[in-house]
Amino acid sequence: MSKTIEIGKLTDIPKLGSRVVKTQQGNIAIFRTMEDEVFALHDSCPHKQGALSQGIVHGKSVTCPLHNWVIGLDDGEAKGHDTGCTKTFEAHQEGGMVYLVLDEV
Amino acid sequence: MREKLVVIGNGMAGMRTVEELLKIAPEKYDITVFGAEPYGNYNRIMLSPVLTGEKTVEEIMINDLDWYKENNITLYAGEDKKAVDIDRRNQKVIAADGTEAEYDRLLLATGSNPFIIPLPGHDLDGVIAFRDIADVETMLQASKEKKHAIVIGGGLLGLEAANGLMKQGMEVTVVHNLDVLMNRQLDEPSAKLLEQSLVERGLSFKMNANTSELKADENGHVKSIAFSDGEELPADLVVMAVGIRPNIELAQKVGLHCERGIVVNDTLQTFDPKIYAIGECIQHREELFGLVAPIWDQAKVAANHLAAYGIGIYRTQATSTKLKVTGIDLFSAGDFTGDDETDDIVFQDPKRGIYKKVVLKEDKIIGSVMYGDTIDGSWYFQLMKDGTNVADFRDSLLFGQAHMGDSGHAGVNAAADLPDSAEICGCNGVCKGDIVKAITEENLYTLDEVRASTKASASCGSCTGLVEQVIASTLGGDYTPSESEKTICACTNYGHDQVRDAIKPNNLKSFHAVSDFLEFSNPDGCHVCRPAINYYLLAAWPGEYEDDMASRFTNERMHANIQKDNTYTVVPRMFGGVTTAKDLRVIADAADKYDVPMVKVTGGQRIDLVGVKKEDLIPMWKDLNDAGMVSGHAYGKALRTVKTCIGSQYCRFGTQDSTGAGIRIEEMTWGSWTPAKFKIAVSGCPRNCAEATIKDVGIVAVDSGWEIYVAGNGGIKVRVSDFLVKVATEDEVLEYTGAFMQMYREQGHHNERTAPWIERVGLQYIKDEIVENAEKRKAYYEGFLLSQKFSQKDPWKERASEGVAQNDFIPLAEV
Ligand SMILES: Cc1cc2nc3c(=O)[nH]c(=O)nc-3n(C[C@H](O)[C@H](O)[C@H](O)COP(=O)(O)OP(=O)(O)OC[C@H]3O[C@@H](n4cnc5c(N)ncnc54)[C@H](O)[C@@H]3O)c2cc1C
Ligand code: SF4
Ligand code: SF4
Ligand code: FES
Repeated sequence: MSKTIEIGKLTDIPKLGSRVVKTQQGNIAIFRTMEDEVFALHDSCPHKQGALSQGIVHGKSVTCPLHNWVIGLDDGEAKGHDTGCTKTFEAHQEGGMVYLVLDEV
Repeated sequence: MREKLVVIGNGMAGMRTVEELLKIAPEKYDITVFGAEPYGNYNRIMLSPVLTGEKTVEEIMINDLDWYKENNITLYAGEDKKAVDIDRRNQKVIAADGTEAEYDRLLLATGSNPFIIPLPGHDLDGVIAFRDIADVETMLQASKEKKHAIVIGGGLLGLEAANGLMKQGMEVTVVHNLDVLMNRQLDEPSAKLLEQSLVERGLSFKMNANTSELKADENGHVKSIAFSDGEELPADLVVMAVGIRPNIELAQKVGLHCERGIVVNDTLQTFDPKIYAIGECIQHREELFGLVAPIWDQAKVAANHLAAYGIGIYRTQATSTKLKVTGIDLFSAGDFTGDDETDDIVFQDPKRGIYKKVVLKEDKIIGSVMYGDTIDGSWYFQLMKDGTNVADFRDSLLFGQAHMGDSGHAGVNAAADLPDSAEICGCNGVCKGDIVKAITEENLYTLDEVRASTKASASCGSCTGLVEQVIASTLGGDYTPSESEKTICACTNYGHDQVRDAIKPNNLKSFHAVSDFLEFSNPDGCHVCRPAINYYLLAAWPGEYEDDMASRFTNERMHANIQKDNTYTVVPRMFGGVTTAKDLRVIADAADKYDVPMVKVTGGQRIDLVGVKKEDLIPMWKDLNDAGMVSGHAYGKALRTVKTCIGSQYCRFGTQDSTGAGIRIEEMTWGSWTPAKFKIAVSGCPRNCAEATIKDVGIVAVDSGWEIYVAGNGGIKVRVSDFLVKVATEDEVLEYTGAFMQMYREQGHHNERTAPWIERVGLQYIKDEIVENAEKRKAYYEGFLLSQKFSQKDPWKERASEGVAQNDFIPLAEV
C-alpha cells in the first residue's frame, strides 16, 4: 500500500532549489525546477552519498555538491560517463501544495 | 690581432653558429665563409612553401649579402668556391677555383646530400632531389611544361614536394615502399587519415611499391617509371625524397675521423682540436640529425666554445615534427609506438578526422602522435621534455590543456616565465626576446602582425600557441586572441570575457536574462556557468543585483564547508589571527554544546569546528554572534584570512607592526566576493614568517616601509608572488591592496585564482593600471570600498537573527 502525503507549500522550496523531507526511509530531497515541476529523490548521491539536496539544480538535473556528478531528477540516473542510480519517489504539486507518495513500511 | 675563423658551408647550421658567435664575441675573429650555393644563406625548410607558391625566394633569405658585409664576413659563394681541400698542417682551406683562406679555427657545416637510389635510370634528365633552391627552380620549371610527376618516398619531404607540385598543377603520384606514410613519424591509424585527406586533395599513391627502373625517352629524359609488379606510370619529372646522408666527403678526404657522419664530442669538436663541425654532417653519440631544432642547440654550444668561454655541452633533446602542408594538422614527437612497458591513450574520431595518441611509460609521456587536432601538441611535448608525472590528470590528458582549469597546471608552458633567450619558434629560430622586442618597438597587436614581422610560427605553425602567449603576456589586457576564446562550458559558445562584456551594455540583470540573450543551449545553465555568471552579475551591479543562492555552491549557501560525510565546518573570523581568552572560551563552549568531534587550527590562523550537523549551524552561529564573533568566510570565493606574524610589537627583528596592519587590512577586506578564494598575509620583516610570498596579496615590511607582492599561490602548483611596488605607509598598503583586489574582481574569470590570472594578462599590465597610473588606482580603490558597503554583512547574523534563508537549514517536513 502506498499513501500520498502533503508535505508543504510549493513556495517553501526555492526555484531551482531543494528541501529535505525526513522519513523513516531516510532523507528525501524534493526539487523544484524553473517550470515549477517537483521531483523527489533519495538525498544521497550514487557516487559517495553526497547530499543531492545541496546541489545546483538545472533543467531536470542536479549536480552533486561533493564531486559534481549530474543526476537526472526524473529517473535518478547519473548522466554522462558516470553510472549509478538514486532511488526516485513520486511527487507532484496541486494548488500550490506539494505531495509525496510513499510506500507504507 | 683577431684570430681567423673559416666556415665551410653557408647553410643553416654554419650561419646560425656565426650569428651566435657575433652575439657573444663580436671582436674575436675575422670570419671567412665558403659556400657552394651562390647566395647568402636561406631558410631551407621554407623551400616547401616556395614550391607551393606561398613564399618567394627573397622571403626565405635569412641573411642576404649585405649582412655579410655589415659584419665584415668574407663570403666566397658559388659552385667554384666549393671547398675541395684542407691543409691541416698549414691550417688553410682551398676552394675549387684555388681561393685559399688560413684559419686558427675551422668550422665544418657541410650539411647532407640527398640519397639517390641507384636504380637503372637514376641519372636521367628530370630525375632530381629536393634539397636546395636549384631543385625547387627545376620543379617550378617542369610544372609549367610537363604533366606527370612522380615523387619517390612518402616521408615528410616527399609529401611536401608532392603537395607543392600538385599545387603547381601537376598530376602527382607518390611512390612509397611501405604501407604507412611518414612511417618514422606516424603510426598506422594517423597515417591512414593523412593518406585519405591527401587523396581527397588530389594526390595519388602507390603504396608497398617496388620500383624497378626509370625509363628514358629518345633525348635521355625520363619518361616513365616501372615497378616489379609490371605496372608502368608516365613520368615527366621524378623527385627522389628517400633520405639524406651526411656530407662527409671533404672531411674524409683530409683524414678527419668519420663514421656515418663526422664524429664530434660534446663540445662539437672533431678529432682535430682546431676543427669543429655542426649540423647534418655530424655524428654525435651515435646520432645523426635532420631537423633544425637540435642544430640550433648545437650552434649555441659551438659558438660558446669558439668564443673560448668553454662552458656548455651539447646533449640531444627530443624533437617534434609537423608536416608543412597547409590545412593538414599533424604532430608527432618521441616514441609513439611503445612496447610492453608502455600504455597508449588513444582518442579516435574518424568522422571528424581526428586521432590523438599519447604513449606513457610509468605515468610520463614518452611520445605522441596527433592528427586533425594538434592544439595540444606543444603542451604534450613540453610535458614529455620536462618528464612531468601526469598521473594526476591522466584521465583528462587527451582533452588537452584547456581542460585543466584552475591554477594547478596552468604554469606548465606559461610563456610569461620564459627567459628572453628561450626559443619559441624552432623552424625560424625566433627567441622570446625577439618577439617581445618586435611587439614593443613596432607596436604589433595581432598574431598575424607578429608572424609577418618575426616569422615566429610562420612556417610549421606548431608554436602558434606559445607565440600567442608571448603576445598576451607582453601586451597584457590589450590582447584579444584570434582564435575563439575557450567557452565557459557546454551550455554556451561564448567565453568568460565575452559573456561578461555582454552584461552591462545589454542591461542583463539575471542569469536567465543572460542565457536568453546569448542563446544558451540549456536555459538553466549548469553547475559551471551558473555560479560564474552569478558572480559576474554581482560584480557588474553592486548593491543592485541580488545574489542568487540557487546558483551558489552549497558551501556559499550554507556559509560553512561541506565535508565528505555531509556535515559542515564552522570557522569564526579572527582578524589578523589575533584572538582573546574570552573568545576561546566561547568557542570551547560551542564545541561542547554541539558535540563537535574535532577542533582544529587552520592554516590561516584560526579555529575550525569540524563535523557540525546542518541543523546545528544556526544555533551555533547565534551563540558565536552573541559573543561578538562573525563568519570567517572559510568556505567562499571570497577573502579568506589575513595571516600575520607577530611583528614589531614583540618580535626582536620586526620593523613594522605587521599584526596591526593585518587587522586593518582584514577589517577593510572581509566579506568581499572574489572570482576565487583570496588570501592575504603580512610579515613584519623580510624573514617573512607569515609566508606572505605565496599569497594573493603578500605584504613584507622593510625598514623604510612595506613591499607589496601579488599573485602568489600555495596550491597544487606553488607560485611565488611577483613584486608589485614598495610603499611608505599603511594607508598606501590599504589603497594598493583594495585596488588590486578590485581589478581582479572586475577582470578575473570565475574560479581563476590570481596566479593564473596574472599569467594570462601579465604583471606589466597590472603595474600599468595600478602602479604607473595613480588615477586608475584611486578609481579601483574607490570601487572596492563602494562594493564593500554592500557586502560587509555577516551572513551568520543574517541567518541566525534576521531570519534570512532559514528554510535552507531545516527540513521541509518530517513524516
Ligand atoms: C625541403 C626541406 C624541408 C625541410 N623542412 C624541415 C622542417 O620542417 N623542420 C626542420 O626542422 N627541418 C626541415 N628540413 C631540414 C633542415 O633544412 C636541415 O636540417 C638543415 O638545413 C640542416 O642545416 P645544415 O647547415 O647542416 O645543412 P644545409 O642547410 O644543407 O647547409 C649546408 C651547406 O653547405 C654547403 N656545402 C656543402 N659542402 C660544401 C663545401 N665543400 N664547400 C662549401 N660549401 C659546402 C651546401 O651547399 C649547403 O649550402 C627540411 C629540409 C628540406 C630540404
Ligand atoms: S617576519 Fe620578521 S617580524 Fe615577523 S615574526 Fe618573523 S622575524 Fe619577526
Ligand atoms: S589539502 Fe586536500 S585533503 Fe587537505 S583539506 Fe585541502 S583539499 Fe582537503
Ligand atoms: S558523492 Fe555525489 S558526486 Fe561524489
